[in-house]
Amino acid sequence: MLKKDLGLLLLILIVGTIVATINPRFLSPINLSNTANLIGLFGLFSLAQAFVIISGGIELSVGSIIALLGVVFIDLIANVGLHWGVAVIVVIAIGILMGMVHGLLVTKLGMQPFVVTLCGLLIYRGIARFYTQDATAGFAFGQSFPTLEWLTAGRSFGVPHSTIAFAIVALILAVVLHRSVYGRYLFAVGKNEEAARYSGIRTDRITIAAYVICCGLTAFASIFIAMYTRSISPASHGNFYELYAIAAAVLGGCSLRGGEGSILGVVLGTILLQVLQNLVNLLGIPSSLNFAVMGGVILIGVLADQQLVAYRQRGGAPRAAPAPAALQS
Amino acid sequence: MLDLVGISKTYPGVVALDRVDFSVAPGEVVGLIGENGAGKSTLMKILGGVVAPTSGAIQLDGRGYQALTVGDAIAGGIAFVHQELNLFENLDVAGNVLIGREPLWGGPLRLMDRAAMIAQVQPILARLGADFAPDAPLAELSLAQMQLVEIAKALALDARLVILDEPTSSLTLSETERLLRVIAELKAGGVGIVFISHRLHEVERCCDRVVVLRDGRVVGTLVGARIQHEEMIRLMIGRDLRSLYIPPQSPPGSVMLEIDGVRTAAFPERSVSLTVRRGEIVGLAGLVGAGRTELARAVFGIDKMLAGKLRLDGGDVAINSARDAIDQGLYLVPEDRKRSGVLIDMSIASNISLPDLAADARAFLIDTAAEADRAESQKRSLGIRAPGVATPVKSLSGGNQQKVVLAKWLAMRPRALIFDEPTRGIDVGAKGEIYALMRQLADGGVAIIMISSDMEEVIGVSDRIVVMHEGAVSGHLARADFSEQNVLLLAVGKTIAAERAAAGSAA
Repeated sequence: MLKKDLGLLLLILIVGTIVATINPRFLSPINLSNTANLIGLFGLFSLAQAFVIISGGIELSVGSIIALLGVVFIDLIANVGLHWGVAVIVVIAIGILMGMVHGLLVTKLGMQPFVVTLCGLLIYRGIARFYTQDATAGFAFGQSFPTLEWLTAGRSFGVPHSTIAFAIVALILAVVLHRSVYGRYLFAVGKNEEAARYSGIRTDRITIAAYVICCGLTAFASIFIAMYTRSISPASHGNFYELYAIAAAVLGGCSLRGGEGSILGVVLGTILLQVLQNLVNLLGIPSSLNFAVMGGVILIGVLADQQLVAYRQRGGAPRAAPAPAALQS
Repeated sequence: MLDLVGISKTYPGVVALDRVDFSVAPGEVVGLIGENGAGKSTLMKILGGVVAPTSGAIQLDGRGYQALTVGDAIAGGIAFVHQELNLFENLDVAGNVLIGREPLWGGPLRLMDRAAMIAQVQPILARLGADFAPDAPLAELSLAQMQLVEIAKALALDARLVILDEPTSSLTLSETERLLRVIAELKAGGVGIVFISHRLHEVERCCDRVVVLRDGRVVGTLVGARIQHEEMIRLMIGRDLRSLYIPPQSPPGSVMLEIDGVRTAAFPERSVSLTVRRGEIVGLAGLVGAGRTELARAVFGIDKMLAGKLRLDGGDVAINSARDAIDQGLYLVPEDRKRSGVLIDMSIASNISLPDLAADARAFLIDTAAEADRAESQKRSLGIRAPGVATPVKSLSGGNQQKVVLAKWLAMRPRALIFDEPTRGIDVGAKGEIYALMRQLADGGVAIIMISSDMEEVIGVSDRIVVMHEGAVSGHLARADFSEQNVLLLAVGKTIAAERAAAGSAA
């Protein structure tokens, strides 16, 4: 565990203790279970985001993918009558396809990730609204899918299944990112794509795979989220979720310059964000201030971390001014 | 106007400049020539105030300095025009010429006064005989025109000493002619000029005096009629460099690497062919920009080859990516170590294992113990000086970083290796170690191409030299013909035979 992760854990414990002291309901089983469920739901696509960020890119269409695929999933099982197992496969396949398109546009056509995925954000949201004629997608009265509902929104031993899914996915991704050949390549590409290429890494494939993992996993998350909300209004479902994901990843130590980050960090980042949300609710802070609290904490957290790193590296000395580029030959 | 006396500059382990005297008078054009590494750029950095001399005195406009600052240099009227231009492609000519000193109006609003800018720049362009307007977008200008903008910038700063660094290297003949006229014009206006160039003909034509540097020392000053091509080359050439040579243990074997008619994007209309045998070190010499790095990049699969074939050990190989090249045992030690050679933030072990990670992995999972073992054995056999293989590469010296790049390839099975400037920025001791390693590899049957602009290295290490000039091979030299003169002549695009004939008819 890195110092960064330890600091984050400490922060979570401090915030948790403060909230629990002021409002003991924080530790009530129902509140903990609800928070755990939200951590699971948000954690799934935050982990997804981390892969793209480590590759040196960014994925802004997460929220819109969650809306579009949520709508599609519910439509497939509620109206088309597809077996939910098939619908799951279809939805994840669409997610993977989206990731592949994003990755190809970024690598083969040299477009900037920000632009590609911003367009994705707009396009998927538009399609989602058009798909349902801007109506809310949901189940008919009495319609139910017991197995699917148990799997996605159920609980075992009081632990929500979304949290369990998150834990399993996090473990798998931790192995992929920190132990596998692909993970090492991903860090290399994110750090210095040119040097990675000179070492024989097919950098395009690595980057495309990062988008595929991101969008595929986001599609998986979209099913959990759809089954949690059960009704989806395509204009607002999943709004700003990409920003939650980026926030969790950055809080967890991912650098937007790429090549840095850890699964544990993102998990802790997600937990901290949800605990903060919970804090706003439990302490009676007006919920309209929700985003402001989150923004403030992220800003202070990242700034403090940066200053600490700089302080440790240079022993407090200011950064040496680089020689003017004009005279370096 | 400018007078440097006894300037020395030492870096740890290297004497870059040794008691150099250098002066420029108003209206004088002084040529500064020397091989790569002779100390020209260090001297220019001292003039620009970027580097402080270790000892010596500087007189600029009658004021004495120990070392100039960038501000002193600008205030003293020194302006640089670099080979790589420092211009803003998204601005127009006037915007570039007056960058940072735009005439303003509107008081606190600080709006730019476009009319005043154009009025200010127009006469400067007229003086230079420029054929473009002050409001022309820079992106639409040719390289030669951009160079004029750079000179206009210097004049707008009221520069009295303009330093032109390789100004003609990317110009066509007629553009060069015009630049020489501009130089004459500036000279007539009392501006002092330092003209740094590898193109000795131009030096011959436009300079009043030529200072020749070699190994950080002024080895000769030629004035007036004594400025002659052959004399300049004679002075630039140093001692007999062939004495550094480590001979191979056995004569070279069969042809290992064959580059056949390869064209690259740098010179699409020219093709390069060359062969390297097992156990042979071929030095690929030439001036910077001759297309050598581009050739290496194309052969290694980083850039697309526009045409041509590669054969390894007699068999055709198709190389479309660096991965393909690596799978064939064809490796490249790139020119820019920090950008392309190593991942500076990663550990020694991760860098070494990167191209062959599958060998240290079981079912896609990295076996970190195996990885560390392999790195450890490379670290030992190459003598990489570091606390351990988990040490990040950025904390190593240049020489040890280069050894990490080498270790990466030696941990695999090299058949052919291309070294691009293998010892740039490396101290003398580590240089010797790298040369010994290259020879050891060659003796093990590897074919080696060594791209180098360091004359000492080219002559001291190669078994055979191939010289490139403007994207094509301009000549081959066997060891018996190795001399700096021959390499230089071929590098500037002359043939040795023709040069001998010319010398014969003159005599």
